Parts: sequence; structure tokens; C-alpha cells
Amino acid sequence: MSTSTQRTPSQDLGLIHPLYVRITHWVNAIAIFIMVASGWQIYNASPLLAFAFPPSLTLGGWLAGGLLWHFAGMWLFVGNGLLYLVLGLKRGHFRRKFLPIRATDVVADLGAAVTGRLSHADLSVYNAVQKLFYLGVLIAGVVIVASGLALWKPVQFKELAALLGGYESARLVHFFAMASIVLFLVIHVAMAVLVPRSLRAMICGR
Amino acid sequence: MRHALKRPPGVNAELLVQDAARLLPDASRRRFLRQVASLGALATLTGCDITDAPSAEKALRKISEFNDWVQARLFNPNRLATTYPDSAVTRPFPFNAYYPEAEAPDVDEERYRLILDGRIANKQPWTLPQLAELPQETQITRLVCVEGWSAIGKWTGIPLRSFLERVGADLTAKYVHFVCAEGYSSSIDMPTALHPQTQMTLAFDGQTLPTRFGFPMRIRIPTKLGFKNPKHVIGMTVLNNYTGGYWEDQGYNWFSGL
Repeated sequence: MSTSTQRTPSQDLGLIHPLYVRITHWVNAIAIFIMVASGWQIYNASPLLAFAFPPSLTLGGWLAGGLLWHFAGMWLFVGNGLLYLVLGLKRGHFRRKFLPIRATDVVADLGAAVTGRLSHADLSVYNAVQKLFYLGVLIAGVVIVASGLALWKPVQFKELAALLGGYESARLVHFFAMASIVLFLVIHVAMAVLVPRSLRAMICGR
Repeated sequence: MRHALKRPPGVNAELLVQDAARLLPDASRRRFLRQVASLGALATLTGCDITDAPSAEKALRKISEFNDWVQARLFNPNRLATTYPDSAVTRPFPFNAYYPEAEAPDVDEERYRLILDGRIANKQPWTLPQLAELPQETQITRLVCVEGWSAIGKWTGIPLRSFLERVGADLTAKYVHFVCAEGYSSSIDMPTALHPQTQMTLAFDGQTLPTRFGFPMRIRIPTKLGFKNPKHVIGMTVLNNYTGGYWEDQGYNWFSGL
């Protein structure tokens, strides 16, 4: 049975994004904002690299405030993320939307994107670059939670910390996972601004 | 409410405020509240009503208490922190405190007494030579600071568990509270106090514990963040009431387990 002939309830309703995707998307947006801004506050207490984040872009006011936000926001981020993953797997959302990703399609679509010839006529179908991006940020999300757990509990979850190369290495992994998510966000928001219909679809569903 | 902020007796409120002001020279505390307010404003737009900063901070502290509960359940009393070879020790080992290194308290070795209080059968104060006579262990473990950095150190001292057993402490009590020569304080849960790697440290890297690392005695807990490893400890109380601590009262998570 080909997946392309399968009709899902959301497609029958003419929906681009089902309700659970829209809700978890916006809850995630809030959670990401809290986690990144408070994470930058924590980073500034002992910068890992040779720079610090502008204090005006951080949340919490000082280290303790940043930590309170970060360890509250984690429940929202993880809880919401798990809900999205479970529903996405159960309903075949990931398989249908993100797979397959073919290298030739990525090259072709990337070329079309930079020359401004990429079609956005059907927002319910992702092009190969989008698929790669959304799957990539999903993986970054899993990595940031795993490295976060290793940093929070390097003794209780010491196998996980060891898997990431130890505590100090887990700090780097956590940082670069954040950097990839923020990079994704910059492009993601820029694209939404370029194709405003996509923003409407993520709010109204169509 | 376990975490209600009770001022410990004998704390001068004015001095405490001065301390806090010194810690936060850029009025960042106020910025914290302002940011909470702006986030609250954002929340109002979305239909929620948590506009006032104190209630937002209260909510965050509530979640922090929930995180204490979660961490106590995640804590495995038999799970040991990774130990390292001598070659892995960070040398020089970083100094970190809420005061500059030059202001670390000079504790008089002769006059030093460890005062015991609370649910302990034998409250006889301990001198440093008496403590030094007790069986000791050495551990090479990683100290993880709340700021994010970490360093590997070599600590030698008396397992806290054996000391608590020796003085007849009530091991079913909830907390052990530590008071320090410079006015610092912290408290820990009993399961952590009884953890095999929790130590009353008397020596660092083969030398008598230097002033900057907490002479004459510090509590070393490789299963907790660095600020829960109090230096210059002069008092130990076993009790069932939550007592918080210097940083915990200002918003650091109390359990702070690793």
C-alpha cells in the first residue's frame, strides 16, 4: 500500500496542520524561548567559549533566576515534546511528512530555493530541504534533552554522561545543540515571513 | 510550606540586604523582576494572568520545590560518583566563593570546635586533633559548580555517615544543617548525608585543607553541586525542619543533586 494514497482525517478536513501539531508547535515556541533565554543566562555565569550573550537577551536577571526558569521550562519543553513525538509516531505524521529524504531531491530543492524558484503552492507537502530541516531540528531536540539530562544528573545518569564523553563534553554537546536549534529558528522564522500563508496555516490549520 | 522563608535567628536583616546588594552590583535582581513582568505581559496577551512579578517568582519557586521532590526520588543512595586517577586532578584547583579569596576566614586551629546540635545523642564538641584521629578515606571526584564549570579534586576525610553513627545521630531525621565560620550555611537531605562518598574533608590533594578550600573542615559531597559543599564548617545540626541555606534562600534549588 502506497503512503501517498492514504487519506488521513486531517487531509479530509482540508487541514494543512492538525490541531495537535498546531498546539504543540506554539507551546514549543514558548518553551524554546524560555529554555534558550534562561540557558544564555546560565551560560554567562561561566562562559564555555570566548564570548558571553548580551544580558538583555537573557531571562532570569541573575544566575539563580535563570536556573529557576530553565528547570521549570524543561518540564514544558520535554512534556510538550513527548506529546508531539508520541502523537506524531502514532499517526504516522513523521513518516508521511518527513520521509523519504533523497539526496538528489535535497540538492535540487536547495538549488531552487536559493534561486527563488521553490514552489509553496501546497503547504501540506514539504520539499526535501524542509524535510531535512524539520527532521534535523527534531534530532537536535532529542540531543539537547539527552545532554541536558547528563548535565543535570551526571551521577544518577552517569552512563548517559559517559556516552556523551563525560560532563565537560556534554556541556559542549548541549551548547551546540542549542546553537543548531537557534540557527534553525532564524531560518524558520525568515521563511515564515517570506511565505505568510504558512504562518496562517500553523494558527488556523489551513 | 516547607520552603517558607524563615529568617534564621541571629541574622541581621540589614547586613543580609547589604550582602545581597554586594552580590548583585548591577541591580540584576530588579531586572529579574522586570523581565518576569514583561513575560507576564506577554502571557496576558495570550489570555493568562500572571502579570505581577512576585507571583511569577513564587510560581518558579514552587516548581523548584517540585524539582527537589523529583530529585530526591531520582537519588540512588548506592550510586557512586565516578572516581578518577590522580593524574586527572585539576591543578591548580579553582577557588570559588561569594567573597574574594583574601577574605576567606582564618579559623584558629587551637580554638576550633565542631559544635553538634539537634537530634544527636552525644553533643560533645570536637577539636581538630580529635577529628584527625578518626578513620579517613580519600576520593578523587569531580566538583560541579552551579555556574556550569567543573574540576577534579582529591579530598581526604571522615565519611560523614561513620561520624553521624559515632555521635549517635538520629539517622531517620530528614536533614543535616551546616553552619560555617564566615556565616555561610547549607542543609542536605539525610540520604545524601549517609551516601558513602559524602565526607567531612580535612585534607586536599595530600595537604592539610588550605584556607581557600575551607580549613579546617569542609563537607565534600560529589553527588551535589559545589555550593552544597560548605567550607569552614563549625556547626552541624541533625533535624526534621527545613532550614534552607545561604544561596538556597536566594533562589538556588535546594536539593541540587547530581
